[in-house]
Amino acid sequence: MEHSPFRWLLPLAVLALALLGWDLIVTLNKLPPYILPSPALVLETLVKDHVVLLNSMLVTLRTTGIALLLAMLGGVALALVFATSRIIEFSLFPIAVILQVTPIIAIAPLMLIYLDTDTAVLFCAWIVAFFPVLANTALGLKSVDPNLRDLFRLSGASAWQTLVQLKLPTALPYFLGGLRIAGGLALIGAVVGEMAAGSAGQGSGLAFRIVESAYRLNIPRLFAALLLISFSGIVIYAALSLLSWLVLRRWHESELGGS
Amino acid sequence: MTLSFTEPAPAPLLALEGVGKRFANTVTALDGLDMVVRQGEFLSLLGPSGCGKSTALRLIAGLADPTAGRIAWNAAEADRRSIGFVFQEPTLMPWASVFSNVFLPLRLAGTSRKAATPAIEEALEMVGLTAFRDAYPRELSGGMKMRVSIARALVTRPRLLLMDEPFAALDEITRFKLNNDLLEVWRRLGCTIVFVTHSVFESVFLSSRILVFRARPGRIAAELEIDPNQPRDEVFRTSPEYVGLCREASKALAHAMEAG
Repeated sequence: MEHSPFRWLLPLAVLALALLGWDLIVTLNKLPPYILPSPALVLETLVKDHVVLLNSMLVTLRTTGIALLLAMLGGVALALVFATSRIIEFSLFPIAVILQVTPIIAIAPLMLIYLDTDTAVLFCAWIVAFFPVLANTALGLKSVDPNLRDLFRLSGASAWQTLVQLKLPTALPYFLGGLRIAGGLALIGAVVGEMAAGSAGQGSGLAFRIVESAYRLNIPRLFAALLLISFSGIVIYAALSLLSWLVLRRWHESELGGS
Repeated sequence: MTLSFTEPAPAPLLALEGVGKRFANTVTALDGLDMVVRQGEFLSLLGPSGCGKSTALRLIAGLADPTAGRIAWNAAEADRRSIGFVFQEPTLMPWASVFSNVFLPLRLAGTSRKAATPAIEEALEMVGLTAFRDAYPRELSGGMKMRVSIARALVTRPRLLLMDEPFAALDEITRFKLNNDLLEVWRRLGCTIVFVTHSVFESVFLSSRILVFRARPGRIAAELEIDPNQPRDEVFRTSPEYVGLCREASKALAHAMEAG
């Protein structure tokens, strides 16, 4: 099953059937496009409006990318601080948790009051992407094999050597796992931020196009924008999975096939 | 520092004097332990689980401090003491190749990869893993991983090799093979080995001296000397002398466990 062509064919067949069903519902019920456009019309709109939509996609991807990068740097940096000082960890971790569990959609309008639109959207994307990187990296830094730690001590390793040659490599798979989650969340954060900004009539990202299309009852374009958001999510996930595979394929269980 | 010994021949490398170790949860692992490690010997610490033999090994390594007594090194050795430690698990870095794993102690000591290469190659040759230098731990069998672990301990040419039940998790065939190879390395390097085990048969086959531990609190119950010049080969493994020595060691161990 693992290498059989059915692994690719079956999901594709299910997808094709779903699209066919969608098309049949539209044509049989003679639904107007402002209620539910046919898949063909969505594709047509995607091609027709590609300049506007692709520009919006670039805006959203840029926000997501920068947010992810900042989340990565900030998450790893804070995890390292946590690893060196338990007091700082005790003091700051609950705040990180509060930021994480408060729904971003509830924070976004506030951010739009205090920050300019782009920064506010970026902040929303960053704040949700930050936590999984922090939590996973902190966990990884704590997961060092105690025997290896003893071996480093016995060999007279400095704190720096222990960090670079033992703690960071140990934390790497955890960090990459966190990054994969953070990638999806950064996109969600960016979309939420753009939605909030969009309802205030500002913005240019994909989510703003959705809000705008909904106001104008341009449902085919709404679907086209939705399609692109979904596509962006897949691309981000695939890129981070590829990164993880490239880094871990020689040694980590998670990236070794079932051979 | 003065040490007095009745034995004339091998000089002491270090001595544990009235050593006790109590953990924070008030478990007394060791109490009043007196023992000497002689230079060049193969010393086994034999005892049931939880008798403190591994704790004694960690104290000798300096990985923990005794709560009572002291560990005295021979003054002539103290300044150039070097220790290799082999854990019960291979304890390899999964992200590093065999070569890099063996390189680790030298790398941490500041030796360059280039300067360390001859020592690494020699250590790998001693454990028979020359062909696997670029393999990753994940790709090796349990016995081979343990060989890498031993090569890593040998790469610094330690005066003292401490081994904490290194072969306990291996199958018998692999264990016999590693027993033979370890003796070969011991003869070749002339280092001192302290070997923790709970296997009577393994300790008798390997050692020139066995200390039998009893538990709660851990201390020495009996001592067995085995002629170091006795050839240790497959003939010895099935000889009446071997069986006799095993019986003697088993009896001492059984007695120690009753006393505990």
